[in-house]
Amino acid sequence: MVPLSHYLALSVILFVLGAAGFIFRRNIITVFMCIELMLNAVNLAFMAFSRFLGNLDGQIFVFFVIVVAAAEAAVGLAIIIALHRNRKSLNIEEVDSMKL
Amino acid sequence: MTILFYIFAAVTVLAALNMVLQRTPVYSALSLIVVLCSLAGVYLLLGAEFMAVIQVIVYAGAIMVLFVFVIMLLNAGHEAPSHRSSIAKWLGAPLIGAFLGVMLMVIWDQFPPTSATPPAHIDGGPAAIGHLLFSNYVLPFEVTSILILVAVLGAVVLAKKEF
Repeated sequence: MVPLSHYLALSVILFVLGAAGFIFRRNIITVFMCIELMLNAVNLAFMAFSRFLGNLDGQIFVFFVIVVAAAEAAVGLAIIIALHRNRKSLNIEEVDSMKL
Repeated sequence: MTILFYIFAAVTVLAALNMVLQRTPVYSALSLIVVLCSLAGVYLLLGAEFMAVIQVIVYAGAIMVLFVFVIMLLNAGHEAPSHRSSIAKWLGAPLIGAFLGVMLMVIWDQFPPTSATPPAHIDGGPAAIGHLLFSNYVLPFEVTSILILVAVLGAVVLAKKEF
């Protein structure tokens, strides 16, 4: 049997990869995909705890996270389309109207 | 059983690494689909059959198709190299490294390999999940439907021609 710590380690590695992509990438679509990667890392932690506690509530949480991620993807991609229509660019460094 | 987890874990980490390092969004999206499918394999090993299928159908199927569709619609090509924001480079990398180190240390400290022994069997089938969803979690479930409705309306309004 695989110990719980290995599942959690995989989850943390995925989360860190997502966070690194979020900070270092410049394409807004790639940044958005990195957020999805972080959500999946958290889902994996929920799943592992659910299995090791013998409790199904963690799986229900994962279900709701997937639903919210679907809603977030729909709205976020619509925002990206509106942004691209107004700026003609997908580079997040060029979206700085609110920067001091 | 055990070797399968490590195969899936290796595929997941390599695909995630490829996704972050790839400079073309379509390649990143395809790598993310590989990540999601191998995570579904890990869910199967954890005894969550229903959530594994949902992961493949909803995440790898619906959400990623939306991503690929938008990438092709906007003709997102090669990413231009960054020339500003050196603070992310000099502050971000050490912070992320520190976070990884601290988290791995805490996990190793709190959950040593011999600490938790899982129950022999867990029923993660559609019947068990559905029963829980419509008894204990019926209010969140209904609220989620409103969320989805608002999200669909918002997406249509935001992506409209005249805004």
